[in-house]
Amino acid sequence: MSRFDWLSELLARFEDEHILVRRGWARRLAPAHLLQIDAEDWGKAAAEAATFGCRWAGLWGEHLEEEIQVNACLVFKGDYLVLRTEVPAGEPLLPSHTPHFPGADRLERHAQDLLGLAFGDHPDERRWTRHLAWQEDEYPLRRDFPVQGHAGGETPPDGEYPFRAVLGSGVYEIPVGPVHAGIIEPGHFRFSAVGERVIRLEQHLGYVHKGIEKIAVGRDAEGVVRLAGRISGDSTVAHAWAACQALERACGVQPPERADFLRALFCERERVANHLGDIGAICNDVGFAFALQQFHRLREIWSRRSGERFGHRMMMDRLVPGGVAVDLDRGAAETLRTDHQALRTELERLYDILTDHPSLEDRLLGTGRLSAETARALGCTGYVGKASGQPCDIRHHSPYAPYQRLEVRPAVREEGDVMARMQVRMEEILESLRLMDELLALLPGGEVRAPFHHPGKACEGLGMVDGWRGEILTYVRLDAEGRLAHFFPRDPSWFTWPALERIQLGNIVPDFPVCNKSVNGSYSGGDL
Amino acid sequence: MLRILRQIWHTGTITEPAPDCRDPEVEKAGIELKRIIDRRFGGSLAIREVDAGSCNACELEIHAINNAFYDVARFGIHFVASPRHADVLLVTGPVSRHMEAALRRTWEATPAPKYVIACGQCACDGGEFGISYASCGAVENVLPVDVKIPGCPPPPLELLRSLLAAIGGA
Ligand code: SF4
Repeated sequence: MSRFDWLSELLARFEDEHILVRRGWARRLAPAHLLQIDAEDWGKAAAEAATFGCRWAGLWGEHLEEEIQVNACLVFKGDYLVLRTEVPAGEPLLPSHTPHFPGADRLERHAQDLLGLAFGDHPDERRWTRHLAWQEDEYPLRRDFPVQGHAGGETPPDGEYPFRAVLGSGVYEIPVGPVHAGIIEPGHFRFSAVGERVIRLEQHLGYVHKGIEKIAVGRDAEGVVRLAGRISGDSTVAHAWAACQALERACGVQPPERADFLRALFCERERVANHLGDIGAICNDVGFAFALQQFHRLREIWSRRSGERFGHRMMMDRLVPGGVAVDLDRGAAETLRTDHQALRTELERLYDILTDHPSLEDRLLGTGRLSAETARALGCTGYVGKASGQPCDIRHHSPYAPYQRLEVRPAVREEGDVMARMQVRMEEILESLRLMDELLALLPGGEVRAPFHHPGKACEGLGMVDGWRGEILTYVRLDAEGRLAHFFPRDPSWFTWPALERIQLGNIVPDFPVCNKSVNGSYSGGDL
Repeated sequence: MLRILRQIWHTGTITEPAPDCRDPEVEKAGIELKRIIDRRFGGSLAIREVDAGSCNACELEIHAINNAFYDVARFGIHFVASPRHADVLLVTGPVSRHMEAALRRTWEATPAPKYVIACGQCACDGGEFGISYASCGAVENVLPVDVKIPGCPPPPLELLRSLLAAIGGA
């Protein structure tokens, strides 16, 4: 199969629909293909792409001078296609992609709240990211909006968000959050239930919106990567990697091969750490505290090793533009290999218990099902997509360095329930251990960091990394001085949070924690 | 079932206080902490954790002090679900403007005497996010803060030590 062998067919369909492609670039956002189209064709193009079978992977916009430039990312057969258009900043009207790709819903509303884009036929006119920290007619990502904002004093609580009420006899509402009972991030959940059964779940997020896209503007490359490592702390490596990729592609910087390998090693370590923690937590949410203790013990051993060998338990700030900040010292490879083997042995024993424990089966099997159709429609990647028959794993389908040199085997299930999501994670740990052994065996010598040069003119780049939650997509544009002009990191949680609303339907209220944990969306990663 | 129980029991024993599972530094910090908690808080310190805008890595390390290695509960420290049961608010993150009101309300719901501990660089000084249209920066810009625990995120041992210092000085 050769890359983009399908593009001419899609372009032919565009032509049939009189969608005018103004220009196309194969290299400007490479490996993605970039197409410029007219704003009036924006909706039609999405309709065609949807029938064609594309996955919708994100939307971002940038306020230029008189216009707002809008980009949407589509994926087909592992190839990335970016559609671009421009609308006048004074009248930023655009057809919505949501009628064709339901996963576009929240990102379009995010762009509406931050940039003032108006999506004419969007099925949901409500705000999403904006609470009451800025006014309805103010748009933080506009150039004339100061980073400090206009509002002084205390920010009032957002008590007026228009939740959709479910009416009927015996229906009651349970509001939960933003501050939750456990040690977790804040967000609001509104359940409508009859008896114990949930008939509607609505999320209201945005509580940890920190203005990441805005405060990134003006930073240098290192500053952007440091910020990227704090978009979602549990994915610090994956987000930093996606930002590095985007910056390096924009500037034509090639990190040394050894750095690619170490980045992958860190990223797989991050995957293992998070999967270990979450498997324990999933079991704990159905009362199997034994597994929590066991898996968190393993996670702690793992984090300690990261701290000892790489200087940070979560490997924060270990990735820098041009490479990595820390090398593997002599003897470390052997230690890590021994760790991998030790973990395999431990897991074999624990997996035996998890897979043969009737009370666990009783609670996890069939609970919180996500159908393949919904997972596909929403564009879920990572374990949420994989557990519902979506094999997408860009380490396999759009391999980036160093994964071209490894054969990643994605774990896929069809059942789509909590058990399947847990099993995908169990398998992914083993696969990561195998990959890490290979990375160590193939690890090239040499430098771990290349000098990071900016080409002296404005440039843009796109990074895609498979983090433990799924595909991260990051866009950067640098100005002529090498300062960041636009930053958009898209966490996979944008598509798995809406999946959770579907997953909970028909399930009982007390199963919400386990359904939620099995998806484990990042609040911070999506609120930005 | 028996087989499972046997396996659980068998596996369970490896995690029990095998000497290499217990970090001597943890023990030392923890025992001192326990003395202080016994003296000042009648043997139990209830903490309500509030994420006021963190990137979630601080939460991961706070979780970690509950794992079998640190097992913070044996020193009388426990995390509670309601601020009404709390002696201490452990606040992470820069305070996002969208969390400002919720944080204030949580503080108001906590009975006096109450201590506020700012956990992590962001909570101490705004960290990487600072003050902006979306962020109030440090926790002390919103609430009176008694103790600051720096670090991004503070590792579990540092958390334990700082809790000790905090309660000792409170
Ligand atoms: S201090 Fe660091 S780890 Fe903690 S919330 Fe801030 S950025 Fe995240």
